[in-house]
Amino acid sequence: MSKVRVLAGTKKGAFILEADGKREKWDVSGPHFTGWEIYHMKGSPADPNRIYASQTSGWFGQIIQRSSDGGKTWETPGGGPQKSPQGWPMGESNKFVYDTSAETGKPLTTHQFYDGSQHPWEFKRVWHLEPSLADPDTVYAGIEDAAIFRSTDGAHSWQELSGLRGHGTGPKWQPGAGGMCLHTIILNPNDQIVVAISAAGAFRSDDGGRSWKPINRGLRSQYIPDPNAEVGHCVHHIARNASRPKVLFMQKHWDVMRSDDAGDNWREVSGNLPTDFGFCIDVHAHEPETVYVVPIKSDSEHFPLEGKLRVYRSRAGGNEWEELTNGLPQSNCYVNVLRDAMAVDSLDKCGIYFGTTGGQVYASADAGDSWTAIVHDLPPVLSVEVQTLP
Amino acid sequence: MIRVELPYHLRKLARVDGEVLLEIAGAVTQRSVLDALEARYPMLRGTIRDHVTLQRRAFLRFFACQQDLSHESPDAPLPDAVASGAEPFMVIGAIAGG
Repeated sequence: MSKVRVLAGTKKGAFILEADGKREKWDVSGPHFTGWEIYHMKGSPADPNRIYASQTSGWFGQIIQRSSDGGKTWETPGGGPQKSPQGWPMGESNKFVYDTSAETGKPLTTHQFYDGSQHPWEFKRVWHLEPSLADPDTVYAGIEDAAIFRSTDGAHSWQELSGLRGHGTGPKWQPGAGGMCLHTIILNPNDQIVVAISAAGAFRSDDGGRSWKPINRGLRSQYIPDPNAEVGHCVHHIARNASRPKVLFMQKHWDVMRSDDAGDNWREVSGNLPTDFGFCIDVHAHEPETVYVVPIKSDSEHFPLEGKLRVYRSRAGGNEWEELTNGLPQSNCYVNVLRDAMAVDSLDKCGIYFGTTGGQVYASADAGDSWTAIVHDLPPVLSVEVQTLP
Repeated sequence: MIRVELPYHLRKLARVDGEVLLEIAGAVTQRSVLDALEARYPMLRGTIRDHVTLQRRAFLRFFACQQDLSHESPDAPLPDAVASGAEPFMVIGAIAGG
């Protein structure tokens, strides 16, 4: 029988929750990396035992962890005693250095800061890790300050795909309230990569990350001087069903959006949502027109409307939304659901999962019709990913 | 032998218990101690000093012999008591949070 493994990154460590295909009884392991913020964990589609984790701390900086046995044991790639030919240690796994060389892009040194001035790019942390579809040793990292890096040696060493920052709009990017982070990476088999940055917008590469262009036409954001600007939009998350890579769904700061042409054009599909502010969005594994969001009251009140935690589902690719409340708290609930904290499994009856800043991870084994908290009292949940195992 | 005391999270990351003992050839300075520490425990690279600039991370301090040495030159000799192993070189995480 198939199994499901849920990877929950929290403010104080990582947790791994496993169940069989019924998704009724859950085994919880953790906390791993106790006391550290785990911004994201994700398993390799090519080897489900290979999991990468972003472990970060305001005191000690960024650590990349890697497991080759499904999360039972972990190592810091390159963290062991290795020697270069010169005899110096080669532990480089946590080293993210922006590319400023003239050969591979343009030497970029500044972006727009909160006050409108230009500010140097400074590495802060890894928000998102996206393993390659085909190679367990290749993994992409979304960075704050916004950039994308790639490792092809299992996270021993990292190189920036500097064409993203170098394509021309970088000096206009600016941080959102959470920092200037590249938080979404979508890989397609045809060398296409879609990323999203707060607050710059969405960008796409059609050549494996060498060259990039903004894909924000149709986004409208009242909080920037030109609401229809090419960049500057605070995109919170993008999701798609792998069978239809050109159809993208976006939760923007405000507005739920849809593109049918891989991001070239967007249109709003907020429809009858009670509020279209939110962070997370995801798509059913087998029904590419079925989309899930968790509406949040507003940009200044990051909790559900009326204290009722409700997932909204559209079976029509947007515009027409139904509320899903069975099993979710319907009074006095003031948690948030962050941008990377929703995921879906690929079992026949698609499972939907999301984590809250109140420490709950909710699961639905029936595509959202009913929900159960599979854990109640974790630290605030930063991210949720799911692996469907044979 | 130089004795180095690491904060809890770095001890766990390096998988060590208690103090770290390091052999230093030549002058005993912040730089030579941290170079030796990172050579033996490469997973600590970037956690105490920035990978590129080698500047001390903002929320860490260096103490020894009841002195705060955080703002001393990285190439200044550490106190004799540290060089002789009588006192540890301490990497301290700033008190913060809630």
